[in-house]
Amino acid sequence: MSAFWSAWIIVITLAVILGCAWLLFATRKSQPHQETTEETLGHAFDGIEEYDNPLPKWWFQLFVGTVIFGLVYLVAYPGLGSFPGVLGWTSTGQWETEMQHAEENYAPVFAKYAALSVEELQKDENAAGLKMGQRMFANNCSVCHGTSATGAHGFPNLTDNDWLYGGAPDAIKHTIAEGRIGGMPPWGAVLGEDGVRDMANYVLALSGKAVDSESVARAKPQFQALCTACHSADGTGLQALGAPNLTDDIWLYGGTFEKVAHTIRNGRNGVMPAHKALLSDDKIHLITAYVYSLSDK
Amino acid sequence: MSTATEHPTYNYKVVRQFAIMTVIWGIVGMTVGVLIASQLVWPQLNFDIPWLTYGRLRPLHTNAVIFAFGGSALFATSYYVVQRTCQVRLFSDALASFTFWGWQAVIVAAAITLPLGLTSSKEYAELEWPIDLLIAVVWVTYAVVFLGTVKNRKTSHIYVGNWFYMAFIITVAVLHIVNSMAMPVSMWKSYSVYAGAVDAMVQWWYGHNAVGFFLTAGFLGMMYYFVPKQAERPIYSYRLSIVHFWALIATYMWAGGHHLHYTALPDWTQSVAMVMSLILLAPSWGGMINGMMTLSGAWHKLRTDPVLRFLVVSLSFYGMSTFEGPMMSIKTVNALSHYTDWTVGHVHAGALGWVAMISVGATYHMIPRLWGKAQMASVALVNTHFWLATIGTVLYICAMWVNGILQGLMWRAVNEDGTLTYSFVEALEASHMGYFVRALGGAFWVTGMLLMAYNVWQTVRKDSTAPVADATAQAA
Repeated sequence: MSAFWSAWIIVITLAVILGCAWLLFATRKSQPHQETTEETLGHAFDGIEEYDNPLPKWWFQLFVGTVIFGLVYLVAYPGLGSFPGVLGWTSTGQWETEMQHAEENYAPVFAKYAALSVEELQKDENAAGLKMGQRMFANNCSVCHGTSATGAHGFPNLTDNDWLYGGAPDAIKHTIAEGRIGGMPPWGAVLGEDGVRDMANYVLALSGKAVDSESVARAKPQFQALCTACHSADGTGLQALGAPNLTDDIWLYGGTFEKVAHTIRNGRNGVMPAHKALLSDDKIHLITAYVYSLSDK
Repeated sequence: MSTATEHPTYNYKVVRQFAIMTVIWGIVGMTVGVLIASQLVWPQLNFDIPWLTYGRLRPLHTNAVIFAFGGSALFATSYYVVQRTCQVRLFSDALASFTFWGWQAVIVAAAITLPLGLTSSKEYAELEWPIDLLIAVVWVTYAVVFLGTVKNRKTSHIYVGNWFYMAFIITVAVLHIVNSMAMPVSMWKSYSVYAGAVDAMVQWWYGHNAVGFFLTAGFLGMMYYFVPKQAERPIYSYRLSIVHFWALIATYMWAGGHHLHYTALPDWTQSVAMVMSLILLAPSWGGMINGMMTLSGAWHKLRTDPVLRFLVVSLSFYGMSTFEGPMMSIKTVNALSHYTDWTVGHVHAGALGWVAMISVGATYHMIPRLWGKAQMASVALVNTHFWLATIGTVLYICAMWVNGILQGLMWRAVNEDGTLTYSFVEALEASHMGYFVRALGGAFWVTGMLLMAYNVWQTVRKDSTAPVADATAQAA
């Protein structure tokens, strides 16, 4: 803040507060009656008169009290332009202190479990650690994946042991920490509308759905040419790319004919945000253990 | 409605128009409020229709109750009060008529565009730029009519009620024009000219002063006329009205930053907003004291006069919510209350308890006088309305206090490992009963407003049975 704006703020802030105080004291000083009176100002508006009563004492004191509090507060805390206040308080400083306090108190609780592997955390004696993972899941992950982790349209179910990027502890941890970007390109322009509908039949057939066999036959060479690079020749997908298995009748974006055709025609873009900047390694470790536990039956 | 007698001096036509629309928009706005309150209890009430979803109807509710219901009440009472206290006809009948039809056009435009999802996304200023322009024109015309009438007054002084109305009209013009500055990109889409934290600060400078000048100063103007008039007592203290008027309008201007505590707003701005909000307590209470003390010597009238009950209870809720506001502006309290239903409860203590109560009381005072009657067709129904409104308000604000404190405590609760004890949805589940009680309170209010509509119709219709006022009372 420049010196001009700082001075401007100080002047108008104090002018308003002191102006109110001046008005208050000046009015009180000039009042002709110190006690309740029946005397009026002598004019009437549509029959309404006004008494010349004094300011109520308790109200006067309340007003003075708030003005004094306000002035003291502005000396103690930042408020008057760039004057930082004698206490040296800042909201950033308060946040840092609180975070430091939390780190000191809670880091040891998490560090205790950081030394254990994800598999070891599944044991009954470490249930308390898994519970912490569950709480963090509820607060950080459930908005998309649901409180019971069963997912939603476009957000994977984490309880079915069907993994886009792999279900090993390291793969889960990588997904949480680094995030994932799942892109299915649109094929509508390449296949044409008839081709899209044939391909949807082919994909549904991979999961054993009853479909039109002539369409399947027409789409087969196209699938081999366009889709196998990601979804592999037998349609079982490729976890290195996050390409879904198309043979297990589990559908991230819906398994009806129209939904599958929409996916092929327009493509899909899924994003799992990276959490390493939001959660410490030790916390991600416990969330990994919890997610792992959901399908480790 | 042809029983309406034309006053020899005053323009009562525009007052009558706005008074009737006050009742109609009150019913509309509050009914939408009950619908969206019910949607929070039973989400199926969205009916899977985009136009009926909470996000689109909520701004329709706020615009309808604040600007349609409250606005019509302010137009009606200010035109009534300024003529009677200045003893002169409105500055221009044509311009006054324009403000009526212009304001109704704004409301109808809001009722169409908001459900369609056309919004600037600024709270309490959601309307898009073409409607904003119409508001500006209507408002400036309103200022011309009101200030012109005050200038033409036959009295030596300007009555205190008119100070408040003038402050309200002039400031709302400034607030609306500054906050709505935007760059249009199409007929129904524009972008604010401000960016980031500055945009937020301008928005809440507007937002809080919409409360301060639209919902407080304007209604204090109403209070300063209808309370002494209905109680037939002089105003308690002229000196108090001077001090609290100037202190109120000077400090309200600064308080908006308290809506942005613990955000990207600079620390100094937050501190100044908090200090000014606390200093605002005494000036706010000045109005309550002046209204309440005006009743000394007339308290017995509350036993028989339900209209006076509306006015007095409105002052009680005004006093309560203007104590609550400064307390919630203290950063430590705000850390608990912010983003919870406590805020919603606080707003409604003011909106239902103060603004709606005094508007209803003032309307019950005006209606018989505007149509040449001695009193409302049914005083008993006014009394029933009073109790429905009072119980409805208490149910509403108690439910929101409980919900707000519950949410604030659940959100900040942590386990021994530092993780949050409750997920967001758990706090939402715990709020379910409060949401039900809130909707019930709203339903009480709508029921009362429907009784009012019936009673008003029985008073103003051609073959009304309401007793006719004697000739001298009509000319007064």
